[in-house]
Amino acid sequence: MRHLISPQDLSMEELEELLTLGQDIMNNQSKYAHVCDGKKLATLFYEPSTRTRLSFEAAMINMGGQVLGFSEASSSSASKGESVADTIRVISCYADICAMRHPKEGAPTVAAMHSSIPVINAGDGGHNHPTQTLTDLLTIKTQTGRLDNLTIGMCGDLKFGRTVHSLINAMVRFPNVKFVLISPEELKIPSYLRREVLDAGNIDYIETDKLEENMPQLDILYMTRVQRERFFNEEDYIRLKDSFILTKDKLKYAKKDMYILHPLPRVNEISTDVDDDPRAVYFKQVQNGVYMRMALIMKLLEVDIPC
Amino acid sequence: MLNIGGLNQGIVIDHIQAGGAMKIYEYLNLEKLDCSVAIIKNAKSNKMGKKDIIKIEGDLDIDLNVLGVLDHSITINIIQNAEIVEKHQLSLPETVTNIIKCKNPRCITSIEQELPHKFKLTDRQNRIYRCIYCESKFKGN
Repeated sequence: MRHLISPQDLSMEELEELLTLGQDIMNNQSKYAHVCDGKKLATLFYEPSTRTRLSFEAAMINMGGQVLGFSEASSSSASKGESVADTIRVISCYADICAMRHPKEGAPTVAAMHSSIPVINAGDGGHNHPTQTLTDLLTIKTQTGRLDNLTIGMCGDLKFGRTVHSLINAMVRFPNVKFVLISPEELKIPSYLRREVLDAGNIDYIETDKLEENMPQLDILYMTRVQRERFFNEEDYIRLKDSFILTKDKLKYAKKDMYILHPLPRVNEISTDVDDDPRAVYFKQVQNGVYMRMALIMKLLEVDIPC
Repeated sequence: MLNIGGLNQGIVIDHIQAGGAMKIYEYLNLEKLDCSVAIIKNAKSNKMGKKDIIKIEGDLDIDLNVLGVLDHSITINIIQNAEIVEKHQLSLPETVTNIIKCKNPRCITSIEQELPHKFKLTDRQNRIYRCIYCESKFKGN
């Protein structure tokens, strides 16, 4: 039995296999309409995340499966003091697979250690969010046709944004990928990521606070939200949240085939006038998230791929 | 130099970085031992300038390699019949459980008190241990 806690849990071969399956689901949805008939997915969400939870639920329903679960800690036994280990032992009796979102880092690891069903990490604090990373990879691959030889700009909150950290960790596994890391000084990537991943892997990258002047070299622009819940201090949040905003005007510096991704939800870091630009693919990314989660559920449940 | 009586049987934890002896004392729960324990602070050392030393009389039934996680300069001398019978450098264990604690306030161990604090050696060359849950790095000496 396998779990998915970190994007690094997947070998390159498994990653390729999942992305291929995700693309096939994208193109042949009806083929997969009953592959999970009779299976149940438990969504254990200890903090609210409507988007991720609904994406998992849609993925399971698309394959003929059913869903059960809770959407916040207050409506679960956690409010009575039950441990993650006990909860997962109980849920293992009700469902075939589970997706867990928890505000504390490492909670899905604890669940995996005590579970008799596959556990998917649906986000643990500022740590990992592997299904978002898989979604990002599928979107990049579908839009550009490749995952190598890319210059990827990442803009906004690079310090607390786990989607950024996960995507960097995933993309450094592919050859000739360069990063342009665009953020205010206070929100630069953590030093461990710079030292242990980028420097140690001899990866080409620059750190800058200039969005426009770096735009022309980018193949991908990954925008992120400055998240209120990652700050201990409200004043810091208010000062930094509007630092880097993408507008239609700034897009004139971009390549015609540069694609804009965003893990969503957006606050105001991408102006709504960018939405109609064919390079804005953040809503396609949401749809891709469902396909990737379908592929992942199939793999972890060891469901046969229909002919 | 201050003289502390020699041991007949026991363990000398030597070459502790100056100022680190009390931390080692606490990690090993030496206050619970019913035998003589001497802590020597700021002893002169040719190699280190200053060092701390802990002398423990009697047997100590724990894996002393965990001390390498806390302070990589430590050496251990085993004393029998007032003579050093074994002198060894510490080798780093692959995992350590409930010896060091994860200090990341966002780690699941911060709210689930009964979880063991377990660390894994992720980089032997640079002596880096990471929490198995949140992957935070342990910052030893």
